[in-house]
Amino acid sequence: MSNKKARLILEDGTIIEGQAFGASTSKAGEVVFATGMTGYDLSLTDPSYAGQILTFTYPLIGNWGVPPKEFWESEKIHVEGVVISDLTTNPNHWQNEKSLNDWLVEQNVPAIVGIDTRALTQKLREKGVMLGKILVGNQDVDFIDPNEKNLVAEVSIAEVKIHKSPILNHKSEIRIGLLNCGAKKNITRCLTNRGATVYELPWNFDPFASKLPLDGLVISNGPGDPKMAKESINIIKKALSKKLPTFGICLGNQLLALAAGANTYKLKFGHRAQNQPTIEVGTKRCYITTQNHGFAVDDKKLPDGFKKWFTNANDGSNEGIIHSKLPFMSVQFHPESFPGPTDTEFLFDKFMENFK
Amino acid sequence: MKILLLGSGALQIGQAGEFDYSGSQAIKALKEEGHQVILINPNIATIQTSQGFADKVYFLPITPHFIEEVIKSEKPHGIILSFGGQTALNCGLELVKNKTLAKNKVRVLGTPTAAIEKTEDRQLFVQTLDEIGAKYPKSIAVKNEKEATNAARKIGYPVMVRGGFSLGGQDSGLAKNKKELLEIASRALAKTKQILIEEYLKGWKEIEYEVVRDKFDNCITVCNMENFDPMGIHTGESIVVAPSQTLNNFEYHGLREVAIRVIRHLGIVGECNIQFALNPNPDTSDQKPETRSGNWNLEAGNLLDYRIIEVNARLSRSSALASKATGYPLAYVAAKLALGYSLTEIKNSVTKKTIAAFEPALDYLVVKIPRWDLSKFKNSHTQIGSSMQSVGEVMAIGRKFEEALQKATRMLDIGTQGICDESYATGDYKTPSPSRVFSIARAIKKGKSTETIAQKTGVDLFFLEKIKNITEVEKDLKKENLTKENLLLAKQLGTSDKRIAQIKKTDPQKITDQRTGWGIKPSVKQIDTLAAEYPAQTNYLYLTYNGNKDDLSFSNSKLKNSKSVIVLGSGPYRIGSSVEFDWCSVTCAQTVRENGLKPIIINCNPETVSTDYDMAERLYFEELTLETVLEIYEKEKPHGVIVSMGGQTPNNLTPKLESVGVKILGTKPQNIDMAEDRSKFSALCDTLGIDQPKWAMLKDVKSAGRFAKKIGFPVLVRPSYVLSGAAMNVAFNKEDLEQYLKAAANVSPEHPVVVSKFHENAKELEIDAVAKDGKILCQAISEHIENAGVHSGDSTIVLPAQRLYQETIEKVNEISKKIALNLKITGPFNIQFLAVENHIRVIECNLRASRSLPFVSKVSGINFAKVATEAILDKKPIVNDRSTIVKSSERTLPYVGVKAPQFSFARIKGADPILRVEMASTGEVATFGSDVYEAFLKSLLATGNRLPAKSVFISLAGDENKIKFLESAKLLKSIGLKIYATEGTAKFLAENGVKSTKLYKIHEHKKPNVLDILHNKKVDLVINIFDPYFKKEFDDDYLIRRNTIDFGIPLLTNLQTAELFAKAISLKKLPDLKALPWESYVTFLN
Repeated sequence: MSNKKARLILEDGTIIEGQAFGASTSKAGEVVFATGMTGYDLSLTDPSYAGQILTFTYPLIGNWGVPPKEFWESEKIHVEGVVISDLTTNPNHWQNEKSLNDWLVEQNVPAIVGIDTRALTQKLREKGVMLGKILVGNQDVDFIDPNEKNLVAEVSIAEVKIHKSPILNHKSEIRIGLLNCGAKKNITRCLTNRGATVYELPWNFDPFASKLPLDGLVISNGPGDPKMAKESINIIKKALSKKLPTFGICLGNQLLALAAGANTYKLKFGHRAQNQPTIEVGTKRCYITTQNHGFAVDDKKLPDGFKKWFTNANDGSNEGIIHSKLPFMSVQFHPESFPGPTDTEFLFDKFMENFK
Repeated sequence: MKILLLGSGALQIGQAGEFDYSGSQAIKALKEEGHQVILINPNIATIQTSQGFADKVYFLPITPHFIEEVIKSEKPHGIILSFGGQTALNCGLELVKNKTLAKNKVRVLGTPTAAIEKTEDRQLFVQTLDEIGAKYPKSIAVKNEKEATNAARKIGYPVMVRGGFSLGGQDSGLAKNKKELLEIASRALAKTKQILIEEYLKGWKEIEYEVVRDKFDNCITVCNMENFDPMGIHTGESIVVAPSQTLNNFEYHGLREVAIRVIRHLGIVGECNIQFALNPNPDTSDQKPETRSGNWNLEAGNLLDYRIIEVNARLSRSSALASKATGYPLAYVAAKLALGYSLTEIKNSVTKKTIAAFEPALDYLVVKIPRWDLSKFKNSHTQIGSSMQSVGEVMAIGRKFEEALQKATRMLDIGTQGICDESYATGDYKTPSPSRVFSIARAIKKGKSTETIAQKTGVDLFFLEKIKNITEVEKDLKKENLTKENLLLAKQLGTSDKRIAQIKKTDPQKITDQRTGWGIKPSVKQIDTLAAEYPAQTNYLYLTYNGNKDDLSFSNSKLKNSKSVIVLGSGPYRIGSSVEFDWCSVTCAQTVRENGLKPIIINCNPETVSTDYDMAERLYFEELTLETVLEIYEKEKPHGVIVSMGGQTPNNLTPKLESVGVKILGTKPQNIDMAEDRSKFSALCDTLGIDQPKWAMLKDVKSAGRFAKKIGFPVLVRPSYVLSGAAMNVAFNKEDLEQYLKAAANVSPEHPVVVSKFHENAKELEIDAVAKDGKILCQAISEHIENAGVHSGDSTIVLPAQRLYQETIEKVNEISKKIALNLKITGPFNIQFLAVENHIRVIECNLRASRSLPFVSKVSGINFAKVATEAILDKKPIVNDRSTIVKSSERTLPYVGVKAPQFSFARIKGADPILRVEMASTGEVATFGSDVYEAFLKSLLATGNRLPAKSVFISLAGDENKIKFLESAKLLKSIGLKIYATEGTAKFLAENGVKSTKLYKIHEHKKPNVLDILHNKKVDLVINIFDPYFKKEFDDDYLIRRNTIDFGIPLLTNLQTAELFAKAISLKKLPDLKALPWESYVTFLN
């Protein structure tokens, strides 16, 4: 790590100085914060963070280095930049292959260390998320609003991929379409581990037009404003009209809601954490969930047949909707976790029950 | 609902102040819901037993007999067992087993006892884990030594030996071979029917989770913690970091999932702690990359190579630490859950907006370091291991590991300036000991590779590399000129100004001035449980140099906070300073608030109530050092600082604070100094015509010898505090003196030794009082049972004094008045006296709250700490006028309170369990009675003693002891006790008409031998009085005493205590010891 200076500049004119690490390049994005204390390697490879400069509120980052690629949540780092307080330069872990610094260099992602991330978080909490840029040296770049772009198109895959289940002797094959709007790998693992063959579909691939014989559809997580992913919404509308069992996750919750006729809105600073209490409506059950979203479903007015399923115990925002008769459900949090608590992985079992 | 709450009794190693915290929080939570709380706890120094907490308090032993008596008279609806440590839990299980609770229709609230049993009985525990496929160490339960060796052979050496139902891992140990195994196993089997032989997980990480579950099956893990020391070092002996640092997501949440699975299966309702061992290098040899890819989490179970070590189905030391580390009030929430609430119905008491069903996100880390006092014990070993020997702990908060670690080393109050302080690296880094972390830093500094150290110690490279960062910054600082950059870096790694001054060979003040000049100042940050996602409503604060913005606004604070008062807490618990000073600090803060001022507490001890963030307006969980207190003082600009309530730590800071212009409230610092400085105090006594034992401060061994000869032996030898741990001692002759001075290593002008006349057969008494402007407001004179020669902290103390001449009392009053007046005392003070007949000498005077302040307050009904705070603040008393208090403190009481020490000798390997001039007790209890006998017996029962039913073993050294104890021996015989005695004692007793059974000494190897009798538990009590002049038998006596302790048999070693005991049990039986509440004895006056 060099002693090179870097600056984090926010759209309100704030300039915060620190040291540069990672790639020696300047980049712009939307500055957000995440409060999880573990799993930085998984967060950085989560495609939902595309277009964002990610601030980790936990100060010590880099402790276990970087694991082999098969343990990442996608093929690459998706954030535009990283903001932290303290960097561990000599990581130690049996899975460690390289340091965080080397990885960021390799992936051409700039980062800034030595920042009062708590003060920055307080600013974002009060003023809402802001556009910003990490400038290394004298190289300047323009602010970019990622929410004006169709990020889903940028992070999705190009063609259909098929993932076989590792479980043998399964009576008949269950084919689940996974609409990849920026999917984390663990969604696929959670499905294949339950006996499903996963057809991973590009965000705008219409399986009905291609007559793919699907038994169910999962809509993945992903970045940005859900309203930008119009083609995905149309595909979901078809699934609903065919009464195909459908399960939305995170962005998938918003896309399902939009397809069904509900609305979405942008949260002030979003939920990016591994400790969000989520209450199942009408019960005393509360689950601790991982979340990563800046937009939410407006559940004040839901389309006929749909009802609130989960709500956030802290701010009352929507955490999921479910149809009272038909097999449509979706959640705003991440039942596949990685990072975060595994409390809600049972929702995959619930989804797979549709095919028993 | 009427609810019975069991406390944990006296502080002892493995069960300390954390249960005052958990009990106090439980009381608060239960009372909020409108329930009536009846508390049973003989620990009089606690906050939970103060007025205004529980509805009724019983100062009684936590034993089935006394709890049953209280149940019969109180008829409670429910009982709560999980807030009083292992003592309360064991007692509760006993009450379930003997059907007392069922018979009296008392419901156990919280975790069902069936679940508790599953966690306490290893065999049941293992079965339970098997049911859900959770992994635990290979382990075999054995009932005798033969089974133990067989089991060890099966598992393979080295093996861990564990006693069941033990607090703090007592009687546990690592056995590398058969000999070591038999040694540990026989000791453990003497106290318990079943022990475990276990697989030894060398070098595995030790990780803990604090788990909460409500009756609706909602589960959260509030915190996880990682031990710096690997498996093999008791978690109470380990440096602990929260949250875990070296676990990736898969390990962190993998273990979390297992923890929740276990807790659900057990059916815990409330809080519990689960300890894991985690393999840092899982065997992946059979996991070929091609079979792994894509679906590796199916095989994840194999990658997560863990073992569950234990589950504690109760609040624990770790849960107290987790509460302080996260700001999540675990005990408070656990109490609500015991009442049947859901986690979703309880508010997050920090944000007041969000709910308790969440897992705190930290944006800092904490480091806990235990505090040991091994040098206070005669013959103790200095190695640490699988059983707990530490007596306290500190917790430091920082935004870098280095920052928190270095802060914590200073908080220990052992004089160190950070991790690289050479004078503390006394041992070998390979051997676990209290100084190992310093030795590791020294080894790194000397160039030893971190890999080698990791290999030899099992400490994770991550931590070692961070320590290396500190050593390198120190190296650079030494080489380079001081710049803004390198100074800032050093501060960010937690280096003190004083340490930087040491490195730069300059004055600390110069560094501070330079730092201030460069604008390098710490930021004040809040602990908010949600990493700034939501604003916090409480002021739980710490300082960090890794930040550039205060969370609070201090601008205009002169106006806003002109009415705030800083109260300095006590720092870590240690021998001689513990929960009593927390009681004083908390009472002081409460009184400050009652008087319309805003209390600000500074303390760094996670086992305290004073560090609950709702005890003060603001809580700084910070160092009690000049640098830190001053930084806070400058930010807060308070009305002043109260230094007299937290014991010796803040008292020692007073002159330094004064010298930099801090306003000290209460007695003037120069007058405090006059009492602290031996020569100045002596001069004062001379002027006032007050007698003291003759003394001199001597700078070499020769003159010490000459002086001792002049005043005549025996003499008290008090070396300067040096690292060798040389202790105070009484020298009875020249040889003793030479031996002690030799042990003190370096008597020199820098390290002089104080030699003073030791008066034999002198009574000790003390006065606790509060004065204002030199006039005494209230006072209490108490009397020690033991003659001089036993440290006042180890003495049995009686209030009101029972055996003093009127003339003695008048003289004591006279002296106290003079001293208070001449030192213009405003606040609390304590004077200790020696009385030989009616000749009174002063031996010590402290112008601060004393150890006995809660005792005299709670026995007299006058809250001395409150009166003292009002005096310091120059406020009128809120309740009752002052003259009533003055008068009342002189009234006679129609009852007696007795304070008895609690020892933890069983935990300190090898320690000689005798009472000396150096303090060794770790806690205390106090109980009430209609006379001294009743109160004394209750207090002995409350410290773990039992009334002898059948037999007693007596060994009296020297003629004087034999003659003096004869009457007592007759009393013991008269109540039908069988007496065993060593040869000399048996002969003497026979000559005087007392029949006894003679036992051979240990070294005689003849039957019947003392050791056999102890081993087979044929005696209920051992009375071993040694004669300091009579050295021959000393070693054999030591073996008798040590074995008595190791076999868990009550032991009395002091003549006066033994005499009183004989008298008391000849007069009173168990049913005569009344189970009456505090209020039936005491009238509360303020």
